[in-house]
Amino acid sequence: MTTPAPTDLLLDATGVAKRYGAVAALRAASLQVRRGEVHALLGANGAGKSTLVKILTGAVHPDAGTILVAGQPRDIHSPAAARRSGLVPVYQEPALIPDLDVLDNLRLTGTPVEPVRHWVAELGLGRIDMRTMARDLPLASQRVLDLARALAVEPEVLLLDEMTAALPADLTERVLDVVGRQRETGRSVIFISHRFIEINALCDRATVLRDGETVGVVDMAPGAEQRIVQLMLGAAGAERAAAAAVATDATRRAATVHATDATSRLRVRGLRAGTRLHDVSFELHPGEVLGLVALEGQGQDELFGVLSGSRRADEGELHVDGRPVRFGHPADAIREGLVYVPANRVEALLMQRSVRENIALPFSARLRAWGPIRTRVEASQVSGAIDRLQIDTRAQSEVRRLSGGNQQKVTIARWVAQGVRTMLCFDPTRGIDIRTKREIYALLRELAANGAAVLLYTSELEEVRLACDRAVIIFNGRVVEEMEAAVADEPNLLRAAYGLPPGEALPEEAVATAVEAIP
Amino acid sequence: MSVVEGTTSSPPPAWRTADAWQRLFRERPIVPLLVLLGALVVLYQVVQPGTISPNWVGSIIRNAVPLAILAACQTLTMLTGGIDLSVGAVASMAAYVMATLVPSQGPVIAIVVALAACGLAGLANGIGVGIFRVHPLIMTLAMSLVVLGLMTVYQLIMVAAGSRVPPEIRTLGGGTSFGFVPHNLLLFVPLAVGIMWALRRTGFGRLLYAVGDNERAARLSGVRVWQVLVALYVVSGLLAGVAGLVYVGITNVATVTLVDKYVLTAVAAAVIGGTSIFGGRGGYAGTIVGAIILSLLTNLLTVLQMPEAARQVVFGAIILAVAAAYTRITSEA
Amino acid sequence: MSVATATSDRAPISATVLRVLRRNAWLLGLVVLLAAMLLLTRIIQPTYGAAGIDSLARAALPIAFAAVAQAVVVIAGGIDLSVGSMMALTNVAAASMMHRQGEEFGVVAVVLTLILGIALGITNGVLVVVTRVPDIVVTLALSFVWAGAALLVLNTPGGGAAQWLKDLPVGGVFTEWVPSAMVLLLVCVGAVWLPLRRRRSGLALYAVGSDRLAAFRSGVPIARTKVLSYALCGLFSAMGGLALSAATGIGTPTPGPYTLLSVAAIVLGGVSLAGGRGGLLGCIIAVLILRLVRTDLTFLGVDPNYATVIEGLIMVAVVMVGAVVALRRKPA
Repeated sequence: MTTPAPTDLLLDATGVAKRYGAVAALRAASLQVRRGEVHALLGANGAGKSTLVKILTGAVHPDAGTILVAGQPRDIHSPAAARRSGLVPVYQEPALIPDLDVLDNLRLTGTPVEPVRHWVAELGLGRIDMRTMARDLPLASQRVLDLARALAVEPEVLLLDEMTAALPADLTERVLDVVGRQRETGRSVIFISHRFIEINALCDRATVLRDGETVGVVDMAPGAEQRIVQLMLGAAGAERAAAAAVATDATRRAATVHATDATSRLRVRGLRAGTRLHDVSFELHPGEVLGLVALEGQGQDELFGVLSGSRRADEGELHVDGRPVRFGHPADAIREGLVYVPANRVEALLMQRSVRENIALPFSARLRAWGPIRTRVEASQVSGAIDRLQIDTRAQSEVRRLSGGNQQKVTIARWVAQGVRTMLCFDPTRGIDIRTKREIYALLRELAANGAAVLLYTSELEEVRLACDRAVIIFNGRVVEEMEAAVADEPNLLRAAYGLPPGEALPEEAVATAVEAIP
Repeated sequence: MSVVEGTTSSPPPAWRTADAWQRLFRERPIVPLLVLLGALVVLYQVVQPGTISPNWVGSIIRNAVPLAILAACQTLTMLTGGIDLSVGAVASMAAYVMATLVPSQGPVIAIVVALAACGLAGLANGIGVGIFRVHPLIMTLAMSLVVLGLMTVYQLIMVAAGSRVPPEIRTLGGGTSFGFVPHNLLLFVPLAVGIMWALRRTGFGRLLYAVGDNERAARLSGVRVWQVLVALYVVSGLLAGVAGLVYVGITNVATVTLVDKYVLTAVAAAVIGGTSIFGGRGGYAGTIVGAIILSLLTNLLTVLQMPEAARQVVFGAIILAVAAAYTRITSEA
Repeated sequence: MSVATATSDRAPISATVLRVLRRNAWLLGLVVLLAAMLLLTRIIQPTYGAAGIDSLARAALPIAFAAVAQAVVVIAGGIDLSVGSMMALTNVAAASMMHRQGEEFGVVAVVLTLILGIALGITNGVLVVVTRVPDIVVTLALSFVWAGAALLVLNTPGGGAAQWLKDLPVGGVFTEWVPSAMVLLLVCVGAVWLPLRRRRSGLALYAVGSDRLAAFRSGVPIARTKVLSYALCGLFSAMGGLALSAATGIGTPTPGPYTLLSVAAIVLGGVSLAGGRGGLLGCIIAVLILRLVRTDLTFLGVDPNYATVIEGLIMVAVVMVGAVVALRRKPA
């Protein structure tokens, strides 16, 4: 890494530190962004990425460290101050006010209207009716609009925090294209993403954080991912991840035998719900992990809603162990052994309560369990689940103080504690670090090996090979294809997910980026 | 998003760090409350030497008991993120209905009918909040209007019947033994132990915390939230009824607005006791101490012959100060 | 994949009209309801006319100010349980200042009272922001403080009011059919609210109530906006206190039922207790409707105590209807 002349640096943050009580979120983070580059900021969960972002955007004050913008020391004490310094963030959750219309939203931030229109068109959204309430726009449009609003003020440094996560592929392409072109005008972009595909395609350099420190800056060149993963995991982490991967393979081989001779645990026939789920049928057997692959918004949310009892189907049948069932409430699904692990941990956890209460929550759910708690039984079930998932219980009195990965483990442990028959996982590894991901794959394999049936929707295609026995691909609310995990490589899955028949060519960028994804 | 420190280097003794204090207060809010209570007693001894006696303690506790019961309604509903502002009207209803029925029906039937009416009001609250998803503040406020209106009409109907507070209620609510043991403790101790036990060791208690912390999570775990809420508000209505009967035992005169003025005080007792108004955190032990603190404070200000005006100002300031201190101590940085 | 096409070109005029109607559906509903209620009143009591409307407007005046005060805070995501106490305090402050003073001094007293209201509101807001205690708790505690302070100012009802102040809401403007109380209300509220509404600080009120995090990230100064909302609440409460002075001619130190009435009125007026939604006009109309219900019950010879019951039922019914409408509107 060469040190450029100071004037080249549009943003220069050094020695940034932040503690929350006894917890050091950042120890010595630094980030140097050159003029006219797209710079990735990477790190596993808990590495301090989000704290650094909060400091750069004025949401949080650092305890130590200096931040120079274009060579000038800046005190970024509020989001407004960050904007004035030329640092404008765009988050995964759009910062639009839902109860104001688009025009008022622009007025609120003092953004000129015409440039916004320009960027909206540039980003492929067509014209937007400025009098629409922000809450009435589809989420993807809100995200794009938020980005357009940021671009319209011509920021020196644009900060994209997981902005492309769960954005439809076509919009993602436009976004990446537009963002990349920021370089041409001598502006810079800080890009945060869990997707190596995008980082590879877009970024010039990457800064890697681990345990609150900047552990390296990498030039994005062929082979850079290996280096980045090493940096992110550290020496010890890499070993553990490898070990977990081996374990996963072993348990799967054991399980496949189990799966073949069983009848279906869950049979879905002609399911239709809402405007996006049209006609889905598949079977889920005991002892298998069935992958479910779909692009954003193909009806998978509705499907999981119906299966978990959160919403009703408009048409179609569900059979559990050969019996027809109908769910009006999640409790009905749970009684039939269908338990649900959502992607968003905030939906599933009691953040202020202890690990124990979180895991034991389903025990008390039924009316007849409202009476005295059998403390000893509960304690043994809970500690069994904690051991099995290797949950780090150092901060167990309040779940919100656990790391993201550990929180997700708690949501799974809740069901594991009582024994799992059928587990519905909706993108359970979204936004958590590699090591925990591997542990979750291993757990799902283990559950299947013990005779459980697992349905795993995933937005990361490589998970199909890592964790599943076979995969069902849904496109436009219908099952378009089924394939064995052995042939479910990413190009193949992506092709099917785009609704294309086998043998047909894929959209070019998609192939190019998908094959580069790290294993 | 954070790294827990102290695994590699040896941490300083836990009791010495500010963090340990914070944790103590967060997990045992009762400790600083008891300290505050002690400080108030000392203050009392300083400004009015010689007042403190078994008698005095008895009267403080006697007055704290109905407030603590009324505050139980607030504690339980606040744990689920709700609030019950109808307790004033409902408690008054219990007292008034009981007193007007005693002459014709006798005390037992009168009490049963009064509590049944409270349970019905609670059921209506619960159906509104749990099934029709009306905001608890609105629902219970509206219910208090409905109950108050109905009681005013009832009052006009029953004006000829006369009213009487039976001696049993007077003895239980306002009486004392040996000059200093309030009889209402006979009722309150089992009740309080029961509530604390239920919150910690029963499924229903757990669900109150769960619903208040994250209703969606509770639903996804198979909890039928409406059942919890309906049951909760019925319990709250019944507790309010009991509180009303204790109050009328102390005052000996039943009116349709007897308990109205204690509603906000009861909310204050729960808040001071460390129950979060947003739900998911708190407990009844703190509320009891909160009720005693408020009862002591009322007494102190009366003894000091402060005008009603100054009393209210001090009252408000203390509620705010305690709530602020509590927030400061327990909040995440 | 369908998302890219979801936003359309500029909508045609008919669609714009439809949207304006839809966005103000609640308000329109209230207007229709009020008209229907007036018609009903006329049918029940054929003599009901200008005098009735005048007394309706006068009776509604203090409640309407309380409702507007509450609405501003609730829109910004808070709640103020001290509205009634602030009205009592400003009421007695004005009454004791004007006691046995000249008519001209009344103007000074009114200005001082409004400033007092703003100061009370700012105190509420600053304490909410600084202590980080939930709004409901802070304003509950301060409701005791303000009520106590009112008793310190005047121990028993008393004091006075300038004659011009008492005359202000009486009679009609140009014609007896336009009650001055109503004009006074609209002018006072409009003078404060209209210049603010379309400014950044006014939008910020909605923004903070609607989505605090998004507002923070958009660079909205959260603390300042919160304090602003409480300051406005204090100002409108002071107007309410002055309205009480005008109506009674004295100051009364005990808070009336205005806090609770204000919450009831804003709920009927279409302000979401979750913040971010609603307007002030709806609240004013809601107050008129609620008053008219009482009037009609009296005309019908119903025990006025039932009016309390019916107000309670209306509150619940309105919230239920609102919840059903909100559920319908939510995309499936």
